Amino acid sequence: MAFRAASTIEFSGISKRFGGVVAVDDLTFTVEPGVVTGFLGPNGAGKTTTLRMLLGLVRPTSGSATFGGSAYHELAQPLSTVGTALEASSFHPGRSARNHLRVYAAAAGIDDGRVANVLKTVGLVEFADRKVGGYSMGMRQRLGLAFALLGDPGVLVLDEPSNGLDPEGIRWMRGFLRALADDGRTVLISSHVLSEVQQSVDRVVIIRRGRSVFQGSLDALETGSHVAVDAADRAGLARVLLTAGGVVDEVGGMLRVTGIDAIQVGELALSAHLPLRHLATEHVGLEDVFLDLVGDPERSGETP
Amino acid sequence: MIRAIRSEYRKLTSTSGWWILLLILVGYVGFTAALLAGLFGALGEQLAGTQGAPQLDSESLPPIIYSTTTAIGYVFPLILGVLVVTSEFRHQTLTPTFLATPRRWRVLAAKLVVLFGAGAVYGVAGVLGSVGLGAPILALTGNDAAIDSGETWLLLARIVLAMAIWAVVGAGIGALIPNQIAAIVVVLAFTQFVEPILRFAASIWAWTADVGKFLPGAASDALVGASFYTTLSPAAATATLEWWQGGLVLIGIATTFAAAGAMTSWRKDVT
Repeated sequence: MAFRAASTIEFSGISKRFGGVVAVDDLTFTVEPGVVTGFLGPNGAGKTTTLRMLLGLVRPTSGSATFGGSAYHELAQPLSTVGTALEASSFHPGRSARNHLRVYAAAAGIDDGRVANVLKTVGLVEFADRKVGGYSMGMRQRLGLAFALLGDPGVLVLDEPSNGLDPEGIRWMRGFLRALADDGRTVLISSHVLSEVQQSVDRVVIIRRGRSVFQGSLDALETGSHVAVDAADRAGLARVLLTAGGVVDEVGGMLRVTGIDAIQVGELALSAHLPLRHLATEHVGLEDVFLDLVGDPERSGETP
Repeated sequence: MIRAIRSEYRKLTSTSGWWILLLILVGYVGFTAALLAGLFGALGEQLAGTQGAPQLDSESLPPIIYSTTTAIGYVFPLILGVLVVTSEFRHQTLTPTFLATPRRWRVLAAKLVVLFGAGAVYGVAGVLGSVGLGAPILALTGNDAAIDSGETWLLLARIVLAMAIWAVVGAGIGALIPNQIAAIVVVLAFTQFVEPILRFAASIWAWTADVGKFLPGAASDALVGASFYTTLSPAAATATLEWWQGGLVLIGIATTFAAAGAMTSWRKDVT
């Protein structure tokens, strides 16, 4: 595919206040070409507002967001530079999918031939002349994606693209995103469910209440493992492990140790003559790390 | 800009709203023109023989009949303009629209251009209705339908122009009042209730008439040069603008609304 050069997305110190409420608070991160970057956070964390500021739909209170140094409104060919699918509701219900795409192809100076092309890519050809008002959520998501692909852009920004898709659709989306990144495009997708994007993203940026709480690879996020250990003399064992430089917590009638691996723990216990009752390495699930990071005691529901 | 205009044209023609409104306009205007032509055409002679009755000479009859297009039909392009702009807010299509054309003023300007054209089409269709039904009935009742007169054709051209400007006024109102229901209520309340009362009240004294002639409906009637409202109410005839002044007032109203909308709701965050 001969799309325009993929550019790097840069958010620098971007903030948005709605009245007295700080929705996005001094976010700084970059999104590189050739990988899928997940933009994660619970509902209401400020993901959509951040993306809308990137796209010039919402004016930031301070800071900036650019594509290879240019703000969205400065792009000469916006739809051919950045493809966007924001939510599955921005359609006139009385207009057909084909006409919906033709309207924006005209606005962006994109050849009408592309319309049939992207309809085929997302599998909507046979429904293309039906009014969008009768579409299912999954079909709307696909039409949103078709709009994003219209200009064959090097950068894709997708807000909750898996929302409303059935399991088969989610798998299709996963393969699709992978193929786009493998082409060398810049792909940024947001989600409030880590497990939904876990298999498609390479890098993650996690925000909570408008602030960044983690940026890095999924592997870096996953290094959270610890040793669960117990002995008859639990206090004695804890002292030994602490002196050896471990971080020790008593959780669920057992010691949870980080900073020392299971083999070392065993050796330390042996040399201190403390017989063990339990020794195991426990991996923390990604989802647990995620929930820990964004941890809000009362989790909100599905509605954005 | 050409791209934005083409996009707006596709938006307008790819939903059914525009032609439904158009059909109602033609039916409504045609019916009213036929009714008035039949009524006045038949009554003309009797009125002439009755002392104190409003006098209608045969020459003033065709303009009254044909101008029903604007006199009662101007609300249709006005509503079309309102709908075109407010449906972008209502269906949240401003998001893809501003993504495709990030320079927002271009979108609004393209809408005004396309609506001016659509309003002109409404004008032509309305004229086909009012002349198409009014003229044969005038002829049947023994009056001169004046179809071959240059005056009539100039009148029809001014009707088309007025209808075109009304659609632009509607777009300006839509940009200023993005809530679709609120905008339609305001437009209907003003055109069907507030303005007729104001125009009537203004016609009582000379100084109020000087103010009242700047009301949009009065300006439109001045631009067209005929309306059965003004012709049949002698007092209101005391103060009217020249036709070109009426046109300028109407254009002024349209651009004021559009500019005010462009600086307020059109610039807001799209969430």
